[in-house]
Amino acid sequence: MIEVRDLTKHYGSTIAVDALSFEVLPGRVTGFLGPNGAGKTTTMRVILGLDAPTTGTVTVDHCPYRERHFPIHEVGALLDAQALHPGRTASSHLWSLARSNRIRRKRVDEVLGLVGLSDVAGRRVGPFSLGMKQRLGIAGALLGDPQILLFDEPVTGLDPEGIVWIRDLFHRLAAEGRTVFVSSHLMSEMSLTAQHLVVIGRGKLIADDSIDHIIAGAGTSVRVRSPQATQLTRVLTTEGAGVRNDDGALTITGLGAATIGDLAARHQISLHELTPQRASLEEAFFELTEYSVEYHGVDLSHRPATTKDPR
Amino acid sequence: MSTAVSTTAVTDEASYEAPNVPAPSGRVLAAVMGSEWTKIRSVRSTIWSLLATFGITVGLGVLFCVAYVSRYDRLSLKERFTFDPTAQSLRGLFLAQIALGVLGVLVISSEYATGLIRTTFTAVPQRRTLLAAKVAVFGAIALLVGMAAAFTAFFAGQAVLNTKDLGVSLGDPSVLRAVLGAGTYLTVVGLLGLAIAAIVRRTAGAIATLFALVLVLPLLARALPSPWNTNIAKFLPSDLGAALFNVRPDSDLLSPATALAVALVWLLVGFAIAASLIVRRDA
Repeated sequence: MIEVRDLTKHYGSTIAVDALSFEVLPGRVTGFLGPNGAGKTTTMRVILGLDAPTTGTVTVDHCPYRERHFPIHEVGALLDAQALHPGRTASSHLWSLARSNRIRRKRVDEVLGLVGLSDVAGRRVGPFSLGMKQRLGIAGALLGDPQILLFDEPVTGLDPEGIVWIRDLFHRLAAEGRTVFVSSHLMSEMSLTAQHLVVIGRGKLIADDSIDHIIAGAGTSVRVRSPQATQLTRVLTTEGAGVRNDDGALTITGLGAATIGDLAARHQISLHELTPQRASLEEAFFELTEYSVEYHGVDLSHRPATTKDPR
Repeated sequence: MSTAVSTTAVTDEASYEAPNVPAPSGRVLAAVMGSEWTKIRSVRSTIWSLLATFGITVGLGVLFCVAYVSRYDRLSLKERFTFDPTAQSLRGLFLAQIALGVLGVLVISSEYATGLIRTTFTAVPQRRTLLAAKVAVFGAIALLVGMAAAFTAFFAGQAVLNTKDLGVSLGDPSVLRAVLGAGTYLTVVGLLGLAIAAIVRRTAGAIATLFALVLVLPLLARALPSPWNTNIAKFLPSDLGAALFNVRPDSDLLSPATALAVALVWLLVGFAIAASLIVRRDA
């Protein structure tokens, strides 16, 4: 379990993370979602003891990361797949990592096999594609067979086959009872990978909920077609629903499909279509972050107008 | 692709302890030294830098001796009288120190340059232990290669000088100390490179700083009026090196024992700054 409590991180005058609190629980894939610059990488760095929090605490299984000995047995992480010495071979890279935590040689070959890099184990990593480097980074994260795994933007650079593979891997790791924490700015990817979401924007927590709740909270609508559209609109608005007329189809918010159908029947209005519209995670995300964008605008207005010509 | 993530035990020992039980720091250091050894031997720059250190020390030393022998008949009595055959065969290390110093820099700066340092710190949150492991592993390699280069350059140089019966042997007064001093000096410069790179964290900046300290500062110090010139220069690394490997006493240099002590102070100060910064800075 990862616990972030009131985490604030300043870099000079920039506030990267602002009073952030959340928990990442075992047994499921938790997505860490936010636009670029929202503070995802900073939060992950603080969790891993790379950056010190300005205020607040972060623990991994009730222990601050920096106090751990041989930590990659408990926590595996992939922050930046490009962070490799180009002249070192894939297996030497993993072996140096393994030795620092007293992991035996055979495990290096094992994880290389697991990510499908056995054939290039002895090659220098410089010319590796980004996808291969991602796989090597994942091999490094799995080296200590840890219960807690963190991945920062792991699908970047992967081909479609690689994306399916990594999604399957995350699901398997979570099914084994591990804590899997995956950051991404791609909502579509998260909707397929994660069961739970921590959404942040401008360093602040926006949502911490299951994917289903977040989508449901974004508001569902129902699409209706009816030859008596005007009459139906009158009925529905008196019931408090929002009705929008798009080219003959009505988009109704605030009432469920069943209620709409019942109301129509009671008023003897015939319906040609009655389709519940499920909001996509994208829509939910935009709805959630809209408010962090507003916050952004307010924030900017406090700054001196640098774009003005000084003369 | 459906293989389980964990198939067998991960560690060497069946009795791997619970995660949060602090391991004795000696065990962490030993493990990290093994890791650093793997790192340093798995990149090409290591072998090239070490070959350059060795080749330049020996090759230039022999060249200096050949040049001296060929000019010998035309030298003045004073020049012949002040000749230091040991130092003559060891002079190549003033160039070789650059190669070893650069390797010392790369031992840590290459990790900062690639971002690998974050992976390393994630695996080893005990950053000072990590720094100590780098010092131990690189220091041992530098000492080994430095000594091998010094002794080889000495024997090769004396063989050249002996064609005119000018050579000395290891058993002559102060000669063994001078050869050991030369190997020590190379090691000190290499470690200074590592300390500077741990502070500066940039390859180019660290190499420039090291060169300024070892090659440029002595020239600037000499430009000062007497007695500041020698009073300052003799505490700078290059003059400490000269004090360590000169057989003939020189009033402008510290005694070999004092020079060694001052060199160790340089390293201690450098690594004290590096150790204090490495835990305080964000990676």
